[in-house]
Amino acid sequence: MTWNWEFAFEIFPEIASAIWLVIGITIGAYIVSLVLGLVLTFARRSSFKPLAYLTYGFIEFVRSTPPLVQLFFVYFALPAIGISLNKYAAGILTLGIHYSTYLSEVYRSGIDSVPKGQWEAARAMNFSKIQTWFRVILPQAIPPVIPMIGNYLLVLFKETPLLMAIGVGEFLQEAQLIGASNFRYLEPITIVGLLFLLLSYPSAVLINKLEQRSKLGFGTRKN
Amino acid sequence: MGMTEKQLKSSNKPDKEMPLVQYENVTKKFGDVEVLKGLDLEIKQGEKVALIGPSGSGKTTIIRMLMTLEKPSGGVISLNGEPLWHKKIGDKLVPADEKHLRKLRSDIGMVFQHFNLFPHMTILRNVTEAPIHVLGLSKEEANERAVDMLNKVGLGDKLDAYPEQLSGGQKQRVAIARAVVMHPKVMLFDEVTSALDPELVGEVLQVIRDLAKETDMAMILVTHEMDFARDIADRVVFLHNGQIEEEGHPEDIFETPESERLQGFLSRFLNT
Amino acid sequence: MEAYINILPRLLPGAVITVQVLLASAALAFVVAFVAGLGRVSKYSIVRKITAVYVELFRGTSLLVQLFWIYFALPAFGIQFSPFLAGVVALGLNYGAYASEVVRGAILAVPSGQTEASIALNMSNWQRMRLIILPQAFRIMLPGFGNISIELLKGTSLVSLITLTDLTYKGLIIQNTNLSYTMPVFVMLLVVYFIIALPLIILAKKLEKNASRGVAKA
Repeated sequence: MTWNWEFAFEIFPEIASAIWLVIGITIGAYIVSLVLGLVLTFARRSSFKPLAYLTYGFIEFVRSTPPLVQLFFVYFALPAIGISLNKYAAGILTLGIHYSTYLSEVYRSGIDSVPKGQWEAARAMNFSKIQTWFRVILPQAIPPVIPMIGNYLLVLFKETPLLMAIGVGEFLQEAQLIGASNFRYLEPITIVGLLFLLLSYPSAVLINKLEQRSKLGFGTRKN
Repeated sequence: MGMTEKQLKSSNKPDKEMPLVQYENVTKKFGDVEVLKGLDLEIKQGEKVALIGPSGSGKTTIIRMLMTLEKPSGGVISLNGEPLWHKKIGDKLVPADEKHLRKLRSDIGMVFQHFNLFPHMTILRNVTEAPIHVLGLSKEEANERAVDMLNKVGLGDKLDAYPEQLSGGQKQRVAIARAVVMHPKVMLFDEVTSALDPELVGEVLQVIRDLAKETDMAMILVTHEMDFARDIADRVVFLHNGQIEEEGHPEDIFETPESERLQGFLSRFLNT
Repeated sequence: MEAYINILPRLLPGAVITVQVLLASAALAFVVAFVAGLGRVSKYSIVRKITAVYVELFRGTSLLVQLFWIYFALPAFGIQFSPFLAGVVALGLNYGAYASEVVRGAILAVPSGQTEASIALNMSNWQRMRLIILPQAFRIMLPGFGNISIELLKGTSLVSLITLTDLTYKGLIIQNTNLSYTMPVFVMLLVVYFIIALPLIILAKKLEKNASRGVAKA
C-alpha cells in the first residue's frame, strides 16, 4: 500500500476545514496563558510569602505534569466538584493554564534583566509601586522577550492535537476518523503533518526575524 | 649587479638563504576593509622580529594568517619554502587541504592575547594534551617535557591547579609553555601582555626574554611594549595602514626613525 | 481518602511502563541529539542541510502527530512497531531534535579562542571537538538536558493514546470501571507524575547552578 493521491485530494478539504477551530483554540489558549502568566509572575513576587510560595508550587507542579492528564482532570474530574466545562472550554483552559507557567518564566526573565538602577531611579523619583511597574519596569522588561512570547503561540498551536483525546475535532481527530473508516491512515496523518509544517514554518521564520530586530533595538540597552 | 648576485646566492645555497617564513605580496580584506595591502616580509631561521604599529595597522592579522587562523585574500605565505595556504601540484598552486595545513602547522606555535587556556584541564594537562595527541608522545615523555618547561616558566608548583586559579601573568606563562613544548620553529606572540594588569607584565616578558636567549626558535612578536621590542628583537617592523612603513635594526628604528609616521607613533608612546 | 489509597497500587504497573518508556526514549534522544547537533555544525554543507531538515521537521509538527504517523501510517510501508517501540521512537526523535538544538547551541557557545588555541596546537578537527570543545560544551548542555527530560516525561503520557498501558492509560481504565473514582484517579495520576518528575526537577536546578564551571569565558 503506497501513497494514493486521489484519496489525499479527496480528504484534504475535510481535514483542513478544522483550521478555524484550531486557530480559535490556539488564540483562546494563548490569551489565557498571556494574562494568567502575568498574574502568576506578580503573585510569585508578592511580599505576602504564603502566596508567593503557593504560586511557586503551583507553577512547578503544573509545569512538570502532563498536559494530557491535566486535560482529563479538567474535563472529567472537575464536574465532580460542580465545575462543568464543554470540551472546547476545557481544552482552551487546560492549554492556557499549562503554558501560563512557561510564560510567567519568560516574564520573570525579562523583569530580572532590567538593571537594578532602574528600580532605584524609580524610587528616587518617588513613583508609586504601580507607576514603577507599568511606566518603568514592564516597558523595558517585555520588549526583549517578545520573540520568546511569540514563540509560545507556535508551541500552543502544535499542542492542539492533544485535544482529540476529549473528542475535539481538530486536524488529528478528523484524520483519525477518516483513517478508521477507510482503513487508510498514511494519507490523512501525513496531511496533518504537512498542515502543521505549512502553518508553523512561516510563522517560525517570522518570529526569527522579529527576534533579530528586537536584538538590534534593545541590544545596547543594558549599558 | 646587486640583483644578479642576490639571485645567484639564493640559487646556489637554498638551505642557508631560504627564509623560514616568507610573505609575498600578501593581501587581506575583511569585507570591504583592506587590512593588508601587498605585504612582503621575510623572517630568517631563529630571527626575532617585533611588529609594532597603531591598532588596525594589520600586525595581528599577519601572524594570524601564518597560524592559519585567517586566510589571506591574495599572495603567498611560505614556510620553509613551502606555500602554506597552497599545495604545489606540478607547477600549479591549488588551495591547501587540512592534511597539508596540519603538516606545516607543526612548525608554528602561538601565544594569544587572552591566553586561551583550556579551562577544563589542569595546568599539566593543558601542556601535555597536544604532545600526547598530536605529537604522539607517551604520557611519561609528555609529562617530563611539560614539567621541565613549567619549571622553567616558574610554575612547577602549579601542575594540578586549574587555569581559573591562576593570575593573568601565570596563565600567560602556562600558555607559553604549552606552545613551546611542541618545539615549533617559529613562535608567534599576539600582544601577549595587553590583557594583563600592569604589575604582571614584567614576569611574562622575562619568560619570553629568557626563551629568546636560550632557543634558536624564530619569534614574531606583535607588541606595544617598546622597551621590550628594542631589547629582544633583531629587527623591528613598523606597520601603518596595512603596509610596512619602516623596518630595521631596533636601534635605528627607535633612535633615528626616518618616516614621520613612525616618529609620531613613537613620540606618542614615549609621552604616555 | 480510601479511594485515593486504593488507587495507588493499581497505578503502579503503569508507572513502571512510563518509567521504562522515559528511560528508553531518553537514551535514544541523547544519541540523536549528539548526532544531529554535531551534524548542524559539520563543515560539510550537505550534512548541515540534512540535519537541519530533520530538526525542522520534528520541531515544526506535533509530537502526537508524529506518534500517530509512526504507529498508524508507517505500517503502509510494511513497518509495524509495537506501541512501546512506536512511543520510544517518536519520543526519542522528537525530543532528540529539541535536544540537538541544545547541543548545537552549547558547541557554538564555547568561545572561539578555544578553537584557535587547538588549531595553534595543531590538533585535528576531531581532536579539537573531542578534547577541547565537547568537554566544555557538555557542561553548558546539562541544564538544557535536565529541562528536556522533564518535557520528555510529560510527553510519555501520549503513548496512552496508542493503547500502551502506561500510567495515564492505567488511570483511564480504573476511571472507566468505576466512575465514582474519577476525581481521585486524576488527582493521583498528577501526583504520581509529579513524584517521578521530582528528581528530574531537582537535578535540573542543580545543573543550572553548576553550569558555568570549567567553561572558558568569552
